[in-house]
Amino acid sequence: MNFLKRTVPMSIAFVMGILMAFQYYVPHEASQNLLKVVTKWGMIISGFAMFIGAYSLFHMHWNRIKQKVSGWGYSIFVFFGAGITIIFGLYNGGEFFWDDKQAGTMFDWIFDYVQVPAASTIFSILAFFMASAAYRTFRARNKEATILLISAIIVMLGRVPIGTMISQYIPIAADWIMSVPNLAAKRAILIGVSIGVIATSIKIIFGIERAYLGGGD
Amino acid sequence: MDKLLKIDRRIIFVFVALAVTIPLLFRFKMAVPPTRHVISMYDKINALSEGSHVLISFDYDPSSKEELQPMAVALLHHCFKKNIKVIGMTLYPAGTGLAEKAIKQIGKEYGKKSGEDYVFLGFKAGSSLVIMNMGEDIYTAFQKDFYGKKTVGMEALKGVSSLRDIDYAVNLTAGGIYEAWIVYGREKYNFDLGVGCTAVMGPEMYPFIQSNQLTGFLGGLKGAAEYETLIDHKDRAAAGMSPQSVVHVLVVCFILFGNFLYFKSGRQK
Amino acid sequence: MNKSRDIYILFFILIAFFIVSVVYLSFGWLDIWGDGLGIITAAAVTLAMYSFLYKDNPVFKIAENLFVGVAMGYSIIIVWFNILKPDVFEALIVPVFKDTGKAPQYTVIVPTLLGLFMFLRFSSKLSWLSRWSFAFIVGMGAGIAIPNFINAILLRQLEPMFAPLYTGSFWGTINTLLVLIGVVSVLFYFFFSLEHKGVIGGVSVIGIWFLMIAFGASFGYTVMARMSLLIGRMQFLLKDWLGIIQ
Repeated sequence: MNFLKRTVPMSIAFVMGILMAFQYYVPHEASQNLLKVVTKWGMIISGFAMFIGAYSLFHMHWNRIKQKVSGWGYSIFVFFGAGITIIFGLYNGGEFFWDDKQAGTMFDWIFDYVQVPAASTIFSILAFFMASAAYRTFRARNKEATILLISAIIVMLGRVPIGTMISQYIPIAADWIMSVPNLAAKRAILIGVSIGVIATSIKIIFGIERAYLGGGD
Repeated sequence: MDKLLKIDRRIIFVFVALAVTIPLLFRFKMAVPPTRHVISMYDKINALSEGSHVLISFDYDPSSKEELQPMAVALLHHCFKKNIKVIGMTLYPAGTGLAEKAIKQIGKEYGKKSGEDYVFLGFKAGSSLVIMNMGEDIYTAFQKDFYGKKTVGMEALKGVSSLRDIDYAVNLTAGGIYEAWIVYGREKYNFDLGVGCTAVMGPEMYPFIQSNQLTGFLGGLKGAAEYETLIDHKDRAAAGMSPQSVVHVLVVCFILFGNFLYFKSGRQK
Repeated sequence: MNKSRDIYILFFILIAFFIVSVVYLSFGWLDIWGDGLGIITAAAVTLAMYSFLYKDNPVFKIAENLFVGVAMGYSIIIVWFNILKPDVFEALIVPVFKDTGKAPQYTVIVPTLLGLFMFLRFSSKLSWLSRWSFAFIVGMGAGIAIPNFINAILLRQLEPMFAPLYTGSFWGTINTLLVLIGVVSVLFYFFFSLEHKGVIGGVSVIGIWFLMIAFGASFGYTVMARMSLLIGRMQFLLKDWLGIIQ
């Protein structure tokens, strides 16, 4: 059983990893076909993976309702929202889900007038909290914090039309910050992260990193 | 002094709301001079001939709609005005509704037809895998468009078999997907790529601009406003620049005033 | 006392919203047969979300949970129409039972099975089968990432670092030199696990300065992004809903 539970998945990861790493260096038609087939398979599997997220969400809210934890009533609205959307999605404007997706259905209406305003508003609320944080916590406590603060102020003013009105040098200074110190720091981080990605990938292929197997034996 | 430091945050909220609302109501106009990274992206599309193919990947969802949708709209205006064929797609499931709406609406304004002058391919999962699959064969990745029409033989895709045949690609991105477009798309299949991103991600684009891996980028609402200026079609983004300016000044004032109080009170808080 | 005040505020807002909606619809400022009802719904959702700014309240929580459900429902349906229907249902299942003029794509069985195996993660006995699916995806991703990241990020990002420092102008040269110093010092700060003392300590301090300037820039851009979202929502309320601005 251990063979099926550990050896097989680790072998799959090893074979797929080695195969795909070498595929890059072989510009033969067969190698390109392999990439085409395998990436297509990956796309289909990723499609199924999206249901895992759905299951986790519904499972969590179902448990909240079942165990009647405080505020459980709100979880009902998750099912209500999902239910209505799925029903209209499957109804597909009267053509049902086995037909092609119809345009301008109630399903699209829910997206346009419930999901879009809700999502964009939730994230815009952060604007208020950022302003509040700027007032309360953004302090020039030491040398480093002062550098950060000055850089932030220059960029904030230099990146909007009013910056030019205050002084023509503000946008120039902002542009310099972005294309010299910012570029350098971001490039270093990028190089660092890429080395991390490559190292982790090697560890996965050779079975040193096994977090993807999940817990258990 | 202490009272001012411990002010109810809702008072700050009111200031922010006013700083955004008043300039919108009294619409004082502000010039939005285009910056070089936006100009280089505009030039790239402007230099394309009629019938060229521009791929726009709408990789965002409603949470960043306010920043990226104006960009999408401006880019579509530019492409359709120049009779460029647009290939739309998304790697975000919730990007479909936004992308479809933008392409359909702007296409209608220019009398463009789905399948002939543009195609909306819809959504596929797997980000980098989708990009590579399209790099090998666009028709394997998307056998049908968003409305279930077969992509093979479609007029809008004539002359395009993979990403290599795209004349210009734009990735409108709200997350790290732009990196996948660079690593698994642009570098592997060798096509010109521009990015439209949320302002949060703007600073991350600079290393790629300098290494010529990106031909340009539009950063946030400001980038969209600059593009609107370039195509001479000022819309929501350009109108948003005056409140944007005022609210930035307000935040700077908050920081300065907060620090003034902090130093006045002997750096206790 | 406070609670009853909140209830009064809620009722006042509800009544005001209702009156505004009725007035706008009856005067034809919002088209009841067109997108009028949609815009009113969207305005209601927007205001419900903003009610959080006053304080956390049931109206916000209802809207928030409803949104989470709708978003998940939307994704499920989109995945069906965009992936499962064309790539599995119509490619494999339909041609088996019906003559569509196309042979079933039997190769699709492999990813379909691997996709279905993933659901076994929630089973106590067969969860090990889900490991096969994850191993396939993770192994493939790792293999693809290695050469592509070496080429597209490491080599391509290091390339400009080896360009001649002298760029033809004094300030251009200074900037190229600063970028070089910045990249090296930040990498020093991050990756040398030696104690940050002496020369390494000095270089690390320069690295920190570069990072601080970059973080400041990122903060500025983040403020810009969040404010843009707020501006967008205000434009919706003032233009699309109330029609106060053109």
